[in-house]
Amino acid sequence: MTRALETAGGWLLAILWVLPLAYALWAAVHPSEFSVRFVPTAPLTLANFEAAWNAAPFARYFVNTVLLVTLILGAQLVLCTLAAYAFARYEFPGRDLAFALVLVQLMVMPDVLIVENYRTMAQLGILDSTLAIGLPYMASAFGIFLLRQTFKTIPKELDEAARVEGAGALQVLWKVYVPLARPVYIAFGLVSVSYHWNNFLWPIIVTNTVNSRPLTVGLQVFSSVDQGIDWSIICAATLMTSAPLLLAFLLFQRQFVQSFMRAGIR
Amino acid sequence: MNRVTAQVHGWLLLLPAAVLLAVFTHYPAGATLWHSLFSTPKPSRPAVFVGLDNYAAMLEDPVFWESLANNLWFALGTIPVSIGLALLMAIWVNGRLAGRGFLRLAYFTPTVLPMIAVANIWLFFFTPQYGLLEQLTGSLGLPNHNWLGSRNTALGCLVVVTIWKEAGFFMIFYLAALQAVPPNLYEAARIEGAGAWTVFRRITFPLLMPTTLFVLVNAVINSFRLVDHIVVMTKGGPDNATSLLLYYIYDVGFKFWDSAYAAALTLVLLVILGASALIQFVFLEKRIHYR
Repeated sequence: MTRALETAGGWLLAILWVLPLAYALWAAVHPSEFSVRFVPTAPLTLANFEAAWNAAPFARYFVNTVLLVTLILGAQLVLCTLAAYAFARYEFPGRDLAFALVLVQLMVMPDVLIVENYRTMAQLGILDSTLAIGLPYMASAFGIFLLRQTFKTIPKELDEAARVEGAGALQVLWKVYVPLARPVYIAFGLVSVSYHWNNFLWPIIVTNTVNSRPLTVGLQVFSSVDQGIDWSIICAATLMTSAPLLLAFLLFQRQFVQSFMRAGIR
Repeated sequence: MNRVTAQVHGWLLLLPAAVLLAVFTHYPAGATLWHSLFSTPKPSRPAVFVGLDNYAAMLEDPVFWESLANNLWFALGTIPVSIGLALLMAIWVNGRLAGRGFLRLAYFTPTVLPMIAVANIWLFFFTPQYGLLEQLTGSLGLPNHNWLGSRNTALGCLVVVTIWKEAGFFMIFYLAALQAVPPNLYEAARIEGAGAWTVFRRITFPLLMPTTLFVLVNAVINSFRLVDHIVVMTKGGPDNATSLLLYYIYDVGFKFWDSAYAAALTLVLLVILGASALIQFVFLEKRIHYR
């Protein structure tokens, strides 16, 4: 009895949860006169995607976003690995204070420091560039914390054995620590890529041309400038911008869920 | 390797990340306070020291107070419901329900979508006349209502969208915690003849307390950090009814270009975030003593 009730409740909530996306899909693959008429015989079409693709430089936005997430993730992996190694395995004066200062970023994220960071980017003369969008996020406190916890669980004997064989600090890091922390790197990578693919407020502030705009900002410019445009095309554009992440998620669902779990357990 | 070399190596490894953190987190946090004590520089007049004038203006600014109040209502509206739903979702997905793979997929999908895309989809749902909600209420014979254009319902619409987006994300943390509960606890409870509700209240819920705290802090931060959907759906309107603190900062800083006042507003936001960090710290301390 309770089981049946729970199953019904679970399914009801799930259907409620997929409805908005299912609706967007419906509107995107049907001509606009069917966008609120749900007849099963409505003809399928890809014209909305074509119209959206041609109406704005989405190809350029895609390139910008891919560059952006690659730049951020690449920098994060290098910077966070080095810093995490220092915190996990080195004794140096001011270490605990430095670590506390790193953790400050978990609360005071770049997302809320928009006014001062904009001023800094203007002074550096790099407004409206992919670098300007990425810089505030490159030293990720979250990444440093996550990797430090992982490195701390790796037995010191492995480290010492490698050093006895004459490996330097960076060699030990690369040969011993990085391979053993692989699942954590995958988890952090997925979380980082989905965060920055979807990020919006800071990019819309710091960019103002097609040259640097990521997809999220491009989508907003597209759907707010063309007021008269029909919903089917906006839905198509919306799905298009989310498609790579959505497809990756549907294909590697287990990895995604486990990565978000791993990143959350501290 | 001697001690001094090790110390130097440690600092060298830390240096690149430390420089970026200092420039883009610590410096701007400090500069926020500093710049809030000056006037906004204009081409004709450079910034001059004005002391607490910006803060005095803030106390007199009805939009600031409204944004702050909206933000509190927004937090109160989103946090308890999304945490409650997240817990429910996690229990369902972790249980033996039919089709739990699909349920997990359905609950989690909003998390990987950009908020900006989500807001676009929901915008159509709430649109007057053509929108899905209007069609639905119309077919039930209810009068027309402009959901996003009315002061009474606009913030509520944003709350709904946020809950839809966030609940599945929080579910993940509960799911991880549920899978870590030792099964022998449940067996013992069954032998004692405890009902499902008693098991939840006496075993599951207490064991999930640390997770609830973690999720709670994240939810509080998010309610002060996420304003993407406001840009798409309401632009803070109608008549500031959906302006949240960060959205107001964005307006003041990048539409009115009043950077000094925006700095003063940012400081209020930083104090709120700092206070929630402190609360988390105090609670975590307690938990450690409890153990």
